[in-house]
Amino acid sequence: MTQTEYDLLDALRAGDEVAFARLVDDWGPAMLRLARLHVPSRAVAEEVVQETWLAVLRGLPAFEGRSSLKTWTFSILLNVARSKGRRERRILPFAALRDRHTVAPERFQGRRDERPGWWAVPPARWDPHEALESKAAQAALQSAVAGLAPRQREAIVLRDVLGVDSEEACQIMGVSEGNHRVLLHRARARVRDALERHFEERAA
Amino acid sequence: MTCRELVALVGDYLDGRLARAERERFDAHLAVCPDCRAYVEQVRITVDALGRLPVEDDFSPAARTTLLDAFREWS
Repeated sequence: MTQTEYDLLDALRAGDEVAFARLVDDWGPAMLRLARLHVPSRAVAEEVVQETWLAVLRGLPAFEGRSSLKTWTFSILLNVARSKGRRERRILPFAALRDRHTVAPERFQGRRDERPGWWAVPPARWDPHEALESKAAQAALQSAVAGLAPRQREAIVLRDVLGVDSEEACQIMGVSEGNHRVLLHRARARVRDALERHFEERAA
Repeated sequence: MTCRELVALVGDYLDGRLARAERERFDAHLAVCPDCRAYVEQVRITVDALGRLPVEDDFSPAARTTLLDAFREWS
């Protein structure tokens, strides 16, 4: 923890309401975003955030600061959201079942082809500007993220949407660095796939 | 390195985590393969685009008030 974090912790323990309100406001959107990974509605996501803060307050007297307050808070949030999500929705998304490859193996040439392991169906080209700016592409991105397996979704939202660094993301998710790398890598490949499909449908 | 091997390493490549020798093999493949150049560029664009997505709105005022009350009670 940094000095600022120790000061913050002292302020909270001393009952400084302004400090608490600032945390609630500063971390609110990111916490809601993470909660939404596991629960179906905004209203339930708010419940998750509330429960998280109550758990944080309960745990605060014993919190030793081995990780940062933010990392600790966000890891509690994910646990609350995961267990609420399990109660709210018991069906696994399809993405969890077909999950082993970054790019579908059929897209590469086979052993008997001219160049085994090279592209058979190469990536369709897109206009980067459109990928970054168009509302339709954004919607395609959002739904691609929503369709990922839960852990992949956590990894990509923490790292790429919320900009949390990898080390912190591992702690928040409670996974090893290697595991996190694999989750993130597959998630990015899948989301790229979805964008590619989006552009192909547009072109058709 | 084949295209199939390359796509499995893109994440580590973009995050700068490939060992030097592997990175050189990666770059050597990219130099001769426009399809993989497009692929790597698209993953990079995807990551950029994700970073530009709107996050979420603020907490609702009612929920915020409940929390501040809970804090007052706790402290």
